Amino acid sequence: MALLEIEKLHRNFGGLQAVSDVSFQVESGQIKAVIGPNGAGKTTLFNLISGALAPSSGTVRFRDREIQGRQPHEIAVRGMARTYQNIKMFSGMTALENVMVGCHIQGKAGFLASMLHAPWTWPEEKAIRRQSMELLELLEITDCAHIEATSLAFGQQRAVELGRALAMKPSLLLLDEPAAGLNIYETAEVGRLITRIRDLGVTVLLVEHDMSLVMDISDEIVVLCYGQKIAEDLPAAIQQNPEVIKIYLGE
Amino acid sequence: MTTELFIQYLFAGITYGSIYAIVAIGFNIIYNTTGIINFAQGEFVMLGGMIAISLLPFMPLPLAIGLSVLMTMVIGALIEIVFIRWLHSPSVLRMIIITIGISILTREAAVHIWGDNIRALPYFVGDEITTIGVLGARISPQVLWVVGVCGVMVFVLHLFFKTTSVGREMRACAANRTAAILCGINPRNMVTFSFVLSAGIGALAGCVMSPITYTQYDVGTGLAIKGFTVAILGGLGNSGGAVAAGLMLGIIEAFSVSVVPLAFQDAIAIAILLGILFVRPHGIFGSGEAARLKAF
Repeated sequence: MALLEIEKLHRNFGGLQAVSDVSFQVESGQIKAVIGPNGAGKTTLFNLISGALAPSSGTVRFRDREIQGRQPHEIAVRGMARTYQNIKMFSGMTALENVMVGCHIQGKAGFLASMLHAPWTWPEEKAIRRQSMELLELLEITDCAHIEATSLAFGQQRAVELGRALAMKPSLLLLDEPAAGLNIYETAEVGRLITRIRDLGVTVLLVEHDMSLVMDISDEIVVLCYGQKIAEDLPAAIQQNPEVIKIYLGE
Repeated sequence: MTTELFIQYLFAGITYGSIYAIVAIGFNIIYNTTGIINFAQGEFVMLGGMIAISLLPFMPLPLAIGLSVLMTMVIGALIEIVFIRWLHSPSVLRMIIITIGISILTREAAVHIWGDNIRALPYFVGDEITTIGVLGARISPQVLWVVGVCGVMVFVLHLFFKTTSVGREMRACAANRTAAILCGINPRNMVTFSFVLSAGIGALAGCVMSPITYTQYDVGTGLAIKGFTVAILGGLGNSGGAVAAGLMLGIIEAFSVSVVPLAFQDAIAIAILLGILFVRPHGIFGSGEAARLKAF
């Protein structure tokens, strides 16, 4: 059974078919990339999967349960984390606190107990703090832990965002253009991080424009064009696919 | 002015100032999670006092206060669930009108339940003629209760937002709603929590101030205006600013009595509010950037 199964997914905005009849699967433990020219429907597809948009028709099955049309926070709790193309930090909070919010899903302390600062909530708080520090270590940004997240460098903010997503202990991580706005060194760094995340057992589905990054790290690639899937194959095969070459380079 | 008189005014100012600060913090908590001003905030203060007074014949004072705070928190939750939770992305204007409506509704309900008598809780320690000497001035021990309880509330709230997961989730929701949802946080629950929290601190303030300021069904309106002034002065959403601005307004009001007639005391707050809105619309301690970020 695949971790994520997308079947005949449709979404139209008025007369525009943003995503039409797209089906593919993401197997556990792989890095799968979705590529395609601008306006191909990649971000819409992500929004449909993460629940930010409801599909016009079709099904999204995640961990053997249909999730289309569910609220985004419910899908997040089921184990799907997501990052956006433009970074969304919690301003006024340090990098560490940002990651700690990601851990909240595991928290069991109730509102009243938490408000009264009840002693039985302290160990949980400590555990969350420790886990978050470990994640910052994994992402090599321990130095930034106590700096306000929005004042960090762009690449570091991206890492904090990854840490926050990982803090949710997701089984599937959706990354929307993780290398957008990064220079070549930072891009290589993000690529290294993504493979390391995969090796930790988190399945990754990403949308990316940087072809060298996609070819380097993905196990499989789906190509979208005008909302339709035109190819799905291994990176090497995609590079040879005449239709894909036509889209990217013209006739 | 003699030293004794100075200290007398100063303590009166600090007492009222801390109450204003608590009301303003109640405004801020709800503003931060919803982007609206809850004009029913003053009613939470009134309810806290009134319920405690009604419970007092049946139980000891601390229990009556505790139960009153809990009941007001439940009322806060109910108000949010009944009137606000089910609205699908309502406009700021609509939300404000709803909270004004809630305020009127609560006030009318209070007249029917308690009548328009002026009531008060007994002094926590001693009675109205008990005083303690501070540098030659005589002040009531209740003043220390008000200042102490307000101070402890501010400190506990600070801890709550800084070091507990629910507090962090509320801050996260205020800072970036989309990202908070991605982290699996249900923003609707955070809004309910913010009403519960605001109701709770308002009710506790209403209980400790009741012996000095008395409680009546319409005491909330005046407090809401003062609290609102303080929230704007301190910069909306900025609780540190609210404490500073609250103390400032309280002390200015108290000392104004020695310069202008007592009847003008309330006008001072409004004059300051207008002045600030003309010169620094985002408050003395608020940043213009933060004010622009909110759709207000």
